[in-house]
Amino acid sequence: MAKKVAFLQGNEAAAHGALYAGCKFFAGYPITPSTEVAEVMSIELPKIGGKFIQMEDEIGAMAALLGGSLAGVKALTSTSGPGLSLKQELIGYGCIAEIPCVIVNVMRGGPSTGMPTGPSQSDIMCAKWGTHGDHPAICLVPASVQEVFEETVRAFNLAEKYRTPVMIMPDEIVAHMRERIVFPEPGELEVIDRTAPSVTPDKYKPYDTSFGDVPPLAAFGSGYKFHVTGLNKMQDGFPTTKAEIVQAEEERQVRKVEANKADIMKWEEYQIDDADVVVVAYGSTSRSARFAVDEARRAGIKAGLFRPITFWPFPEERLLEISKKVKGFISPEMSLGMCAGVIKGCIEGNAPVLGIFRVDGEPVNPGQILDKIKEVK
Amino acid sequence: MAYDYEKYIRPGKLPHIWCPGCGHGIVMKGLIRAIDTCGLKKEETAIVSGIGCASRLPGYLDFCTLHTAHGRAAAFATGVKMVRPEMNVILVGGDGDGTAIGGNHFIHACRRNIDMTYIIMNNKIYGMTGGQFSPATPTGDKASTTPYGNPDPAFDIAKLAIGAGATFVARGTAFHANQIDKLIAEAIQHKGFSVVEILDDCPTTYGRRNKFKSVIEMMNYLKESTVPVKAAEKMSPEQLKGKVLTGVLYKEDKPEYTEEYAKVIARAQAAK
Ligand SMILES: Cc1ncc(C[n+]2csc(CCOP(=O)(O)OP(=O)(O)O)c2C)c(N)n1
Ligand code: SF4
Repeated sequence: MAKKVAFLQGNEAAAHGALYAGCKFFAGYPITPSTEVAEVMSIELPKIGGKFIQMEDEIGAMAALLGGSLAGVKALTSTSGPGLSLKQELIGYGCIAEIPCVIVNVMRGGPSTGMPTGPSQSDIMCAKWGTHGDHPAICLVPASVQEVFEETVRAFNLAEKYRTPVMIMPDEIVAHMRERIVFPEPGELEVIDRTAPSVTPDKYKPYDTSFGDVPPLAAFGSGYKFHVTGLNKMQDGFPTTKAEIVQAEEERQVRKVEANKADIMKWEEYQIDDADVVVVAYGSTSRSARFAVDEARRAGIKAGLFRPITFWPFPEERLLEISKKVKGFISPEMSLGMCAGVIKGCIEGNAPVLGIFRVDGEPVNPGQILDKIKEVK
Repeated sequence: MAYDYEKYIRPGKLPHIWCPGCGHGIVMKGLIRAIDTCGLKKEETAIVSGIGCASRLPGYLDFCTLHTAHGRAAAFATGVKMVRPEMNVILVGGDGDGTAIGGNHFIHACRRNIDMTYIIMNNKIYGMTGGQFSPATPTGDKASTTPYGNPDPAFDIAKLAIGAGATFVARGTAFHANQIDKLIAEAIQHKGFSVVEILDDCPTTYGRRNKFKSVIEMMNYLKESTVPVKAAEKMSPEQLKGKVLTGVLYKEDKPEYTEEYAKVIARAQAAK
């Protein structure tokens, strides 16, 4: 049988990816340019017995999301810049209480209300450092509609597997452009569910590390009763200020992601092997970059593209390796150098990083990137 | 008291953090008795709170307990209730938590009429952070941040709940301890969003700044300043001046939110 094909927007693909992953709850608050995610979920969730709720603001949406997930279902919210700022305190709650959930954040121009309909890639640091305190961060940055679908499924898998909030952040261009998408058959993409407890309720502890760094999570209302708090906690979920426990728990929370980077990181390398110049680009910008790399190759310049698909954790080690063989990096981005800063942070000064930074609501075009490639000597 | 409170208290979690004379413990005992009266099962009941002295309550009780962030109890609880409408969901917290930072979630939970019970312990102050004024602090009172007297007018929390659409609203006091369980039990049994405001006391950060010489004086104040609604019916406006009404203040039958959403599901599936 032929596979189901559709012509979808990135935002619609995010919603369908969530449904494929088994999402049963959506809590959100409307904001351009992410609203289509909520709209599709409001149509589709009740059809499968799932629940959709439009909350009073993004803080409420994030809170309901965590409550819903704790009640045992996969949960999604969608937002954009200002909404992401509002969600931050509770994203931290999700990290410390270890509640899986997925946040779609469509990147628009900021700060503040900024440019609601303009594309941007300037929320990328907010995805890692937006909430206060040390915490794990996973952030995925798809570049096509098909990839939005697939990466949303992966976002749920990572959230459930590592018991932590995961962000997927298409820029406005990826979120709003329409492309052909081939729906994977059920079973074609891996779908991971959180590990349920294997012990009886009387023995259950929500942060029992004898099961490893990611303890099984029971659901409220499933026969297990336990305590959840945003305070530093012990294995039984109750608050503590005992220095050695707090230290160990904080380290474990971060280690869940750090020690599993190989599983979480994902990137694409295009024409990298013999490259003298490597363009590091993600999201819609990587599409301009690929075009520019092809043009450069035609002009006899050995250019390549390194495209992070997981932005956090960032593929530092691989970029460091590449940096030993190249003459320079180009960082085209819709931000004033956030990604360039990240690149510089991992290549130990081995090569210069040339930036093309646009925050005028326009995409970085291939011509600009090609010109920059030619500047590398 | 024939009640076996221990049955509902988590082993090893007492003593609690509350100061001697704090009203929050009286409310907790009332809540336990109400839960017992209603026969709620521990595994099927979620007790959700925000942040504050009052919000520490869930940790002591042996249920599914969720100590959220400051002001967010109603929103977290809404997520739990949406996903598991069959669960009993009880929210507890202070006046600051519920009506300042959490005010938006509070009024919207009232408006949706989602079947949960919210117990607000109104001690008219931010106890946990050392006695700053809250939206329930009376005008003119002293708090650590109103050293010259509070310029703000105060919310009438029960009226706020009624205005926002809650379908059961009651008020009790920590002095009238034996009434608390009855009000809470009635609220739990009501289908829809029910609010029980319990006027209680914070001797540590409010009493000492506002000329209450002892906890007994604060308790006497709760007694003297309140009148049961039934008794008020027979009182003249002069007699009622400065008095706060207690008892069941409002009750109405209205469509409940999770039941309405079940209809949304039915409509979506019929249209499929
Ligand atoms: C976002 C945020 N802002 C401020 C605080 C500090 N804070 C903790 S408890 C509290 C006030 C609690 O007062 P109330 O809810 O009236 O409860 P009480 O302590 O009097 O029982 C405040 C302001 C916080 N924890 N989080
Ligand atoms: S500070 Fe006030 S509210 Fe907090 S425990 Fe003490 S008396 Fe109770």
